[in-house]
Formats: sequence, structure tokens, C-alpha cells
Amino acid sequence: MSVFMILRIALKALGRNKMRTALTMLGMIIGVAAVITMVALGTGAQTSIEAQIQSAGTNMIIVSAGNFNMGGVRQGQGNASTLIPEDAQAIAQLPGVQYTASQSNMRGQIVAGNQNWNTQVQGTDVDLPLIRSWPLKEGAFFTPQDVTTASKVAVLGAVVRDQLFDPMTNPVGQVIRISHQPFTVVGVMGSKGQSGMGQDQDDVVFVPYTTVLKKLRGITNIQQVQVSAASAGETTKVADNIAQVLRVRHKIQPGDPDDFMVRTMEEMANVRKEATQTMTALLASIAGVSLLVGGIGIMNIMLVSVTERTREIGLRMAIGARGRDVLLQFLVEAVVLSLFGGGIGIALGFGVAQGVTLWQGWPTAVSSNAVLVAFGFAAMTGVFFGFYPARKAAALDPIDALRFE
Amino acid sequence: MSAVISVKNLVKTYVVGEVEVKALRGVNLEVQRGEFLAVAGPSGSGKSTFMHIVGCLDRPTSGQYFLDGQDVSRMSKDALAAVRNKKIGFVFQGFNLLSRTSALDNVELPLLYGGGGMKTAQRHKRAMEVLNAVGLVDRADHHPNQLSGGQQQRVAIARALINNPSILLADEPTGNLDTKTSIEVMGIFQRLNRERGITVVLITHEMDIAEYGTRMVTFRDGLVVADKGITRRRIAQDELAALPEPAEAV
Ligand SMILES: Nc1ncnc2c1ncn2[C@@H]1O[C@H](COP(=O)(O)OP(=O)(O)OP(=O)(O)O)[C@@H](O)[C@H]1O
Ligand SMILES: [Mg+2]
Repeated sequence: MSVFMILRIALKALGRNKMRTALTMLGMIIGVAAVITMVALGTGAQTSIEAQIQSAGTNMIIVSAGNFNMGGVRQGQGNASTLIPEDAQAIAQLPGVQYTASQSNMRGQIVAGNQNWNTQVQGTDVDLPLIRSWPLKEGAFFTPQDVTTASKVAVLGAVVRDQLFDPMTNPVGQVIRISHQPFTVVGVMGSKGQSGMGQDQDDVVFVPYTTVLKKLRGITNIQQVQVSAASAGETTKVADNIAQVLRVRHKIQPGDPDDFMVRTMEEMANVRKEATQTMTALLASIAGVSLLVGGIGIMNIMLVSVTERTREIGLRMAIGARGRDVLLQFLVEAVVLSLFGGGIGIALGFGVAQGVTLWQGWPTAVSSNAVLVAFGFAAMTGVFFGFYPARKAAALDPIDALRFE
Repeated sequence: MSAVISVKNLVKTYVVGEVEVKALRGVNLEVQRGEFLAVAGPSGSGKSTFMHIVGCLDRPTSGQYFLDGQDVSRMSKDALAAVRNKKIGFVFQGFNLLSRTSALDNVELPLLYGGGGMKTAQRHKRAMEVLNAVGLVDRADHHPNQLSGGQQQRVAIARALINNPSILLADEPTGNLDTKTSIEVMGIFQRLNRERGITVVLITHEMDIAEYGTRMVTFRDGLVVADKGITRRRIAQDELAALPEPAEAV
């Protein structure tokens, strides 16, 4: 008997009990849709992290004050007062280091005219746009002169610019107030968009780090040094050198822990990538359970169906169906159920993923791999859970089956 | 003369727990092509068991069975399925039609098995021919629950005919039908037997139904105890014509 013929028989049999067919499929639909949606969410998160590494620059190294691996007094990363601007200067002298920028950040209330905005004020150095490969849209970044003299100059992120000034005004040259002190706007950054974790990278104001230290916070230590290595392949080596230099500078005895942390962008991205991968796997396996339940639903219905159709099976055998014809018929029925359910489930999962992106703003990506795997899994579920009932049907004795009441 | 069915010393023993049930204890029988054999006998005498073996649904415990000269008593299950498909047409007491399936699709069913590889149009044509032979062309699209018992049995007969079988096996085909409908169904069997030369084996425990055949064997306790030609054969066609109501009113 041809495959086409078996398919026809299976479709007819399924068509004879439409409600039951639809309900059985529903289990499969929900299972596959759940898997697709969950994997789409995970893949989306991963893709956006990758995009973030690209945008941050893969050769970036971040040196932070403090170390959350330190024993004793636990100090949050960046809150310890162990890093000073001279450390940054020492790092800048190391081979393979291209740019460095000291960082000292704070939250600040920004006022321009009658507009008011609370944002992150990043004290940084002149090379930051180069380290982050972040071009300016208007004006210019502040100068080394501004840093040495701790001038009150500011460069606005795109979001802050839009919040404080109407689109027609050129903010360059205007005076804004940061924590009640007047700053002159010298430039506006281009738009960089959301970072992987949903923060808006454009919601920021850059000022010289010296200004933050002396004029805004009255401290001498910095939180971070952002470093870019000359080549992406050297980041690990450069990071090791930085650690050595800082240990010497900070007079840390051998065996004692660092009072700073050196991390490459790659490491940080990998940590987060692993976290999302674990999440994806977790979500997918939870969704997989519903797929399993859908499969068991199919088996259940197929078993009921075999019992209910015992006389039909007997009759089919009497008119010439061989055991394997009956086996194939029931197997194909189960596979058709699961494949149709799987197909609809994929479409539904696709829709749900799109919906999540649209209404929730979470990045999602339905990979062709996920679709293939889900479809394959649906087919396998059909074969696996359909086989037992089908074999039961095929093993029936025609006479007993015909006599069955 | 060529015997369509030839059984030699046919024994069938069922083992139920500790007990052995001897359903057939050595049946010898030859049925010639074109015969209309009625198999009678009391309940439990082994008629159905005999028919199952003759119909290749079951294999004998011992003894031999030649169908069209071919020894089928030791064939594999799959080979028997092919024999059933090509050479044997079954008609059951309970009709055994697929529910929610049109008469046409029910009749076509045997064509789906046995590797015929027929085109859809060809199958339809064939099915309409046999439906015509049982006078049900106008009911081709009806589902079993839209047909009377007699009509359902005629659909079942059409299904049995579709592969041009050598023998038609009917186990109490009139058991669920009233007298007049029974006569009509017997009329169809007689016509198929007469016009197409199909060998009919009819199992019944009603004497008056057995009298539509040309020969009657009687089973008792798993043995053939009587085998005789029917002297005053009933002819369904004549009886129907004699009935007060016109038979065409079905
Ligand atoms: N599958 C089976 N297992 C055990 N015993 C069986 C089986 N099938 C039939 N028998 C026994 O074999 C004997 C003959 O049964 P069979 O069905 O052939 O009788 P029958 O002549 O067709 O009777 P009836 O007129 O009531 O249909 C009976 O005693 C029955 O109990
Ligand atoms: Mg019987």
C-alpha cells in the first residue's frame, strides 16, 4: 500500500472524529508553541548580548575598584576606594594598551531652563568615544585641557538631549545645571540604543572625571578604568599585565586577594551568555514537559481509538489488511496528529514570540533550528507515542477483533 | 471437476486454560466451483470455526486446506491476508461497515489493500459497478446510519464482491434481518451464484434459509454429520414476486 493511500486512510479516520482530533492536537499545539516561544526568548536575549559586545567593542577591558571575591569587609564592585587616577595613568603606559579612561559615575539631577531630568552622570576621560567607538552628533567631546582643569563642561547623551532641549534648539553652548552647578554643553553623542539588559545607553551625561571628583563629589578615588587593547586578540594578555601592575602599585602581598577587578568585555559577555543559555535550557525543558504531556495525550487517544475501533481493525484484516498495514495506519494517524499539531504550534509560537516583542519589548528570535527541532520532536513524539497503540492494533487477532463487542 | 475448497481431516483445538476445546475434529469436505453450500448445525457445532479457516482468517491445528488447489493451511499471516483480499469475500451477521463513511468508501475499502495501485477514478468506477449489482447505486453517498439493515447488508455484499473473489463466505448474513429482507439478501446471493458463478458458503442455523442453497452440510460436535443436495430449492426471486407488496418499494 502506498504512503499516499495510508495517509488518505489516516486523514479519513481522523476526520471521522473531528472534535477529538482537534483536542488531541491542542496538547501538541500548546507543547510545541511553548517550546518555540521559550527558545525564541532565549535566543533573542543571546542575540542582543552578542550585538552588545559588538557595539561595546570586543577589545574592551574594565578595571573596577574593589573585588567581590575579597574576604573580610565585603565591598561592592566600584564602591571601594582603592582605585585612583594615577592607576589609570600607569595602565596607559603598558604595552598593548591603546586608550584608557578613568570613570567616576553618579546619579544627578539635570536642569536646563525649565526642563528637568534625572540621569546618570559619567565622569570620564577624553578617549571614551574611541574606546566605545561612539561618534558625536553635534559639537565635540571635552578636551584634555578640560580634564586637567576640571572644567564644568558636559556632553549629552541623545535621550538627555531630547529631554532637556526641543529638537530645534542647538544645545551646544547652552548652560545646564548638574546638581545645582552650571555646566556648558560642548557636544551631543550619537544614539547608541538599548544595551542587552534593557538599559538605555543614551540616557547619560558625560563630564570630565576630574570634575566629578573635585567639583561634584569631593573625593579622590575613581570607580573604574575603561581600557581598550590595541588588538582584540591581546585582551587577555593586557588584562593580566594590568592586574600585575595594580598589585604592585597597591602593594598587595603575594597570596592576598586583589583589591580591584579586571574583566574583559568577552568574559563579561560570556558570563551573561551562559546565564541566558541556562535560562533558555530551563525554559525549553519546562516547555518540553508540556510537549511530553501532549505526546502522552496522543498515546491515550490512540489507545482509546484502538479499543473503540477493534471491530474496524478486524474487518480491515478480514478484507486483506496485513499487520503492518494496520500498524502503519495507526502510526500515521498519530504522526499526522502530532505533525499537524506541531505545525500549528510552530505558527502559534511564532505569533506569541512576535507578540512578546511587540508588547513587552523583549527581544525574541525564532531560529530555523528551533523550528526544525520542534517539528522533528513533534514527529518523534508521534512515532514514539503512536507506536505502542499501533502495535497493539496490529497484533490483534482478526477473529477476536471481529467478535469484539 | 475442480474443487474450490478442499479440506482434509481438518482439526481445530482451542486451549482455554487447562481445558482443550475441540471445535473441529477432522472435517473432510470438497466444494466445487459454482456450488451454493449451506452449512447448518446446532450452536457450538463448529460452523463459524470452519468458516474462519476456510476464509483464511485462522489456521487449522492439523489437517490440510486447499483453496483453488493451493495449500493455504501453512501459509504465513501476510500471505493469508493477501489470499483474503483477492479470493475471499466476507459477509457478516453484523454487517461490519465503517461508520461515518459513505457506502461507496466502504465498498472501496478492499481495493486499498493488496497493492492494487488503482487510481481513484478506477476505484470509484469499480465500486459503482458492484453497488449496481446489489441495486444500491442511488445510496452510494449514504452513511451506514442512513441505511436500513437490508441495505447495509447489501453494501457489505458489494464490498465482498469488489475484488472478484472465488468464494463468498457468509456467516448468518440474515441473522439481523426480518423475513422479507432476508429473502431479498438471499436473492442477491442466488443471483451472484447463478450469473457470476461465484461459489457461496452460507452458514445458518435456520433450515428455511439453508434451502436457498444447492447443497447442505450439517455439523455436529465438530464433525460433518450430513451432506446432501437440496431437492426442493427455494428461489428468492419467485418468492419475492409472489409477495403481495411490490419488492421494488425498498
Ligand atoms: N477462540 C475460541 N477459544 C476457545 N473456544 C472457542 C473459540 N472459538 C470457538 N470456540 C469453541 O468452539 C466451539 C465451536 O464454536 P463455533 O463458533 O464454531 O460454533 P458455531 O457452530 O458457529 O455456533 P453458533 O451457531 O452459535 O454460531 C464452541 O464450543 C466454542 O465454545
Ligand atoms: Mg457461529
